[in-house]
Amino acid sequence: MLRDTTSKVVLFGGIAIILLGAIMPNWIVNQLMFGFSRALAILGLLVLWRTGLVSFGHAFYFGLGAYTVAIVDIQLGVTDVFVRLFGGAIIAGIAGFIIGFIMRNYRDIFFAMLNTAISMVLYGIIVKTESLGSTDGFAISLPTIFGIAPETKYPLFIIITMIAMISALLINFYLKTTVGRLTTPIRDNEIRVEYLGFSVAHAIHLKYTISAVLAGGAGALMAMSLGQVDPDSMINWTVSGELVFITILSGPGNVIAPFIGSLVFEVLRTYAFELAPQAWQLIVGATFLTVIFFLPGGIWSLIAKLGRKKS
Amino acid sequence: MTKSIIAGAVGLAAISAITFGAGVAQAKDSITIAVPSFLTGGAAGPFGIPAMNGAKMVADAINKGALPAPYNTKGFGGAVASIIELDEGGGGTKQVAEYRNLVEKRNVDAVVGYISSGNCQALAPVVEELKQFTIFATCGTPRIFEEAPRKYLFRTMGHATADNVAAAMYVKEKFPNLSSYTGINQNYAWGQDSWRDFDLTMKQIMPGATASDKFQFPKVFVGQYGSEISALSLDKAELVHSSFWGGDLESFIFQSSARGLFKNKIGVMTVGGTAAYRLGKKLPNGLIIGARGPYGILVKDRDTPLNKWFIETYKNIYGIYPSGPAYQYGQAILAAKIAYDKAGSDATDEQLADALRGITFESFSTTIEMSLGGGHQAVTENGYGVTKYDDENGENVVTDVKFYPGSCVMPPEGVESVQWINGGMKGAKC
Repeated sequence: MLRDTTSKVVLFGGIAIILLGAIMPNWIVNQLMFGFSRALAILGLLVLWRTGLVSFGHAFYFGLGAYTVAIVDIQLGVTDVFVRLFGGAIIAGIAGFIIGFIMRNYRDIFFAMLNTAISMVLYGIIVKTESLGSTDGFAISLPTIFGIAPETKYPLFIIITMIAMISALLINFYLKTTVGRLTTPIRDNEIRVEYLGFSVAHAIHLKYTISAVLAGGAGALMAMSLGQVDPDSMINWTVSGELVFITILSGPGNVIAPFIGSLVFEVLRTYAFELAPQAWQLIVGATFLTVIFFLPGGIWSLIAKLGRKKS
Repeated sequence: MTKSIIAGAVGLAAISAITFGAGVAQAKDSITIAVPSFLTGGAAGPFGIPAMNGAKMVADAINKGALPAPYNTKGFGGAVASIIELDEGGGGTKQVAEYRNLVEKRNVDAVVGYISSGNCQALAPVVEELKQFTIFATCGTPRIFEEAPRKYLFRTMGHATADNVAAAMYVKEKFPNLSSYTGINQNYAWGQDSWRDFDLTMKQIMPGATASDKFQFPKVFVGQYGSEISALSLDKAELVHSSFWGGDLESFIFQSSARGLFKNKIGVMTVGGTAAYRLGKKLPNGLIIGARGPYGILVKDRDTPLNKWFIETYKNIYGIYPSGPAYQYGQAILAAKIAYDKAGSDATDEQLADALRGITFESFSTTIEMSLGGGHQAVTENGYGVTKYDDENGENVVTDVKFYPGSCVMPPEGVESVQWINGGMKGAKC
């Protein structure tokens, strides 16, 4: 499982980043936490994208994970980082599994828009319900780790980085299994896949559930690293769009791509916001267009090209 | 084969490149103040931009020592302040992330601003976590200082309770025989608190008037109120209460005047002041408007040197009269100067907080007592007036302006707003 180059890079890169985190200033640690948290959701979208499916509604699972953290914190007083994380991922996974029965029958724009519709239902419910925080959302208390409340953000950063590493390794492994390889074949010719003896519906259902679990975990980690959830930053269609944007920015080439793409996005947004407080959206949008025009394979294609030249 | 390794190396190089770009040393003869306000979206034009203008104008005057006495000393404790403009749009979660960047990456000395109650609600715990001297300029939810004691966080204007208690008192004086009322408020902290406080106060002081059960709660920043206006028109209630502000307020006024909503209903707009200068003749006559305190159009005739300076300077620079947000941001910057003057320009966040806690100071249009929330929440008077278009000068004016002292419309220290109103507003000195 750990023999290929990608796994080694994930492993050593992850450990290096954890060690570097100890000496980096707080704000970079923050950016890494936000970037890696969001990258988990991108990892799930990458699996779907390779299959030819683009979801414009994965903020549903992202938000579900985030709001699970908020609600178990406020209603039950749960502060443990792992209970919150797995709670968020499992709730999102269950929802993804159930909704998957519907989604696996749709492709293309219908798949994309049906996901948006479902996410906007959740958005509408939360916005209209004062007890769910309406548009204000909730503040989330700092997470504890096995009952210990850490003084700094560093322990949470280590956990997020390790979860990111483990997820990347698992998805990398999954994409090499027979079921996992059923991505491009499904995109290219579903009937042929069926004749080969595989159920396309089952394969898509599994991928969809995996992406839901990852998005739920991403939402949970994001909520804990930010300390705040609100529907506009967690569930609105703009968040789904942002996730798709980062997926395209990253490129589908490799499981490392989402992490690089997320970090680039996080840094891009921070600096755009700093340089042009009145027009920062313009900078983000222009970057998006540039990537689509000149780097259709995302940032990863650039890195892959560099790699080919050197070797 | 090696492409993944190179990929990893590129990633790490990118991260370390960011590391070296960080950290700028602070000189003691200059400070940086971050001023967040709405610079994009519907709230920018009517609210965010005037607020930012007010802040910049006052900071600039302080840097030059051009404010009237007693604030005519140069600088913030002698230091020249540079203002970092920041967009407040994007929701509470985004603002939390940006606030962390401000403090940990850009190392600002003070943060002064914020308009949205949702943002303030989200930021309050983060301010305390990061121990950063911060003044909320405008946001109104009373929950900020009622939910938890704060050490580094201040608010230099009254909260939503004052606006809505004063509104109810004004309504009682003008329309003692009112039989029913309804409301349209945005569905978030600000709108919910505003309606709750207005409704509860009306129940206390005008028990004869009943609340409609068809009050409206549209989402904030929607801008389209067709169905809500239909519902309000069909409602039998005689009065409509609204805490709409910024772009939402103007959209609502346009859409409801087109359908004549305020021809047969009384309108009470607690943040209506900002629309008075901008809408001109399109603002219906006879609306009861407030400015969230003694600001903007309500104090246009107040003849103190500070107020005259503020109005004249603002009109000279920006070509229009200053509305409420300009005053509110201006006085928050002034509060920062007072804290720096007392504590010194190299003061720590603790020393700055100690300097501002519990003081009373003269602001541009009113006296501000930092007397609630352990000396962190301001108390000021609050007022209302009725709109009237002045044909001769071609501008809106307010008539029948009445102010209520702060001790009359805000709860005493240690009592939560809702409890205070429900308990019959004990201890109110009117």
